[in-house]
Amino acid sequence: MVRLVVPIKQAAALDEDFELADGSTEIDADFLESDLNEWDNFSVEAAIQIKEAAGEGEVEVVVVSVGDDDAEEALLACLAKGADRGARIWDEALTDLEPLMVATVLAAAVRREEPDLVLCGVQSSDAASSATGVALAGLLELPHVAVARAIEFDAAGRTAVVDRELEGGLVEQVSVPTPALITIQTGANEPRYATLRAIKQAGAKQLDELGLEDVGLSADDVEAGRGARTVGIAHPQRGESSAESLGEDAGSVADRIMEIVGEQVGERKGA
Amino acid sequence: MSGVLVIAEHRRGEPAESTHELIAAGLRLGSEGAGEVRVAVIGGGVTQLAERCGADGLAEVVAFETEASEFEPHLAQAAVEKLLDDLQPAVILTGHTVDSFGFAPALAAWRRLGFAPNVTAAEWNDGALRAHRGVYGDRLVAALEFDRDTTLLMLRPGAVAAVEPASTPVRTERLDAAPLATHIGYREAATEGVDITKSEFLLSIGRGVGEEENIERFSELAEKLGATLSASRPLIDAGWVPSARQVGQSGRTVKPKVYLALGISGAAQHLAGIRDAGTVIAVNTDAEAPIFGVADYGSSVDLFDLADELEARV
Repeated sequence: MVRLVVPIKQAAALDEDFELADGSTEIDADFLESDLNEWDNFSVEAAIQIKEAAGEGEVEVVVVSVGDDDAEEALLACLAKGADRGARIWDEALTDLEPLMVATVLAAAVRREEPDLVLCGVQSSDAASSATGVALAGLLELPHVAVARAIEFDAAGRTAVVDRELEGGLVEQVSVPTPALITIQTGANEPRYATLRAIKQAGAKQLDELGLEDVGLSADDVEAGRGARTVGIAHPQRGESSAESLGEDAGSVADRIMEIVGEQVGERKGA
Repeated sequence: MSGVLVIAEHRRGEPAESTHELIAAGLRLGSEGAGEVRVAVIGGGVTQLAERCGADGLAEVVAFETEASEFEPHLAQAAVEKLLDDLQPAVILTGHTVDSFGFAPALAAWRRLGFAPNVTAAEWNDGALRAHRGVYGDRLVAALEFDRDTTLLMLRPGAVAAVEPASTPVRTERLDAAPLATHIGYREAATEGVDITKSEFLLSIGRGVGEEENIERFSELAEKLGATLSASRPLIDAGWVPSARQVGQSGRTVKPKVYLALGISGAAQHLAGIRDAGTVIAVNTDAEAPIFGVADYGSSVDLFDLADELEARV
């Protein structure tokens, strides 16, 4: 059997009216709304498409996440989409998590699965690190390709041909030996939505709840992998050229826009 | 551990704009006490290219020749590991860019370096490094500190102004290792007869347009205003707008006289694509959207109400 492992994240978004306490290094959970990370919809979809293209029972898709109770919702969403089983790893001692620590925990969990292919989202919407997937590849000593728009995985030939999305719309095609880790960009496919019914049925699939000791780690091991400490969180200092307000009346905003365009661009045909 | 090692960014024989931004950030850390600053240019046939990756104040440029004609993440990692062992720098700077995504996190994890991606600012204070990065869609900034002898920072393009290129002595090194990934070829972006980089007036739309059926209306509005329609990444990913019209790091870098951004929040990768725009007018119902940080004019008016009013004026 070919095994695809897809690490995912329950990502958080800030409420419009969040407040920041003085001297804090994290946001109060009351001001966060969480959901399956946008990029992970695409990595999970890529894995399910590989599974569906193969014969019945030939490919297994395993989703894993490092996260508290909240992450169960994201894992269930992936099981409902078609992943076969899931695992969530958590320990209350995990605080101020950053990419290298998450990769340390994931490496311990993913190594046990002996994957043929690991697919990650390029980044998470909340942290925007673009780092956890390739850090995981580094720890697992797997060949890796970042920012894929398309993958052709030849399980028998143990290779993957990947379209990398470069800057300015340029695409590079590369081939790597597998097992490998590939990070998937948004737009790589059309992610399916799980129906409410499928989400209820997903509860019957295997979803392991693991502690650090279950994957052979201690909290100190994870801390030893830390890349950075957060020493403060603050509102950004906007540049000096803060925008001049055009007001909040649509008619006068339109007038001003027509004026500015007239001055900067000059008379246009049709204008 | 002392000194700063800058990893140059390049593609198809040309240095990327971000290379001299990284050098600027490195020279600043150097002047604050981090030590000598070196640049490494890694790849196949990079010795000529390395001549163009110098700047005043650098100790040297290392042309690190590898067996791969194009960027290859595993060889890039091996080359930087070699430099890490030989030079023992306190800081390694890479771009927060598609190539560095491919090797920098793996190197940092494998060698247990201090590490921060998506960095917008870094300073060296009394022998200690501190970095800042945006979180939660850049609505907040986190300050970071590090406990390792060497820290790798991935610097966001456009965060620091570039220094002027200047001649610097080049030393050549060679990596004897076979690439793991095989380059097959490049595919140019489809232009579909549109070149948004040439337009003087772009009407650019983002997630705020809500539904696919609204695209047509803004496309027509753009035409009536004499503007070219462009869009931010989510609308291209959704398949609502063709990729030739995408503004941003993974799309096109544009330089219109007027950039009218409707319903665009302004993710960093989008803002990187409008750095050279003239007048930026942003309309977004979220008054906290990062686009207002770079806009010359702004309003939080509903963009459909605004479209009604603009349509009435053309």
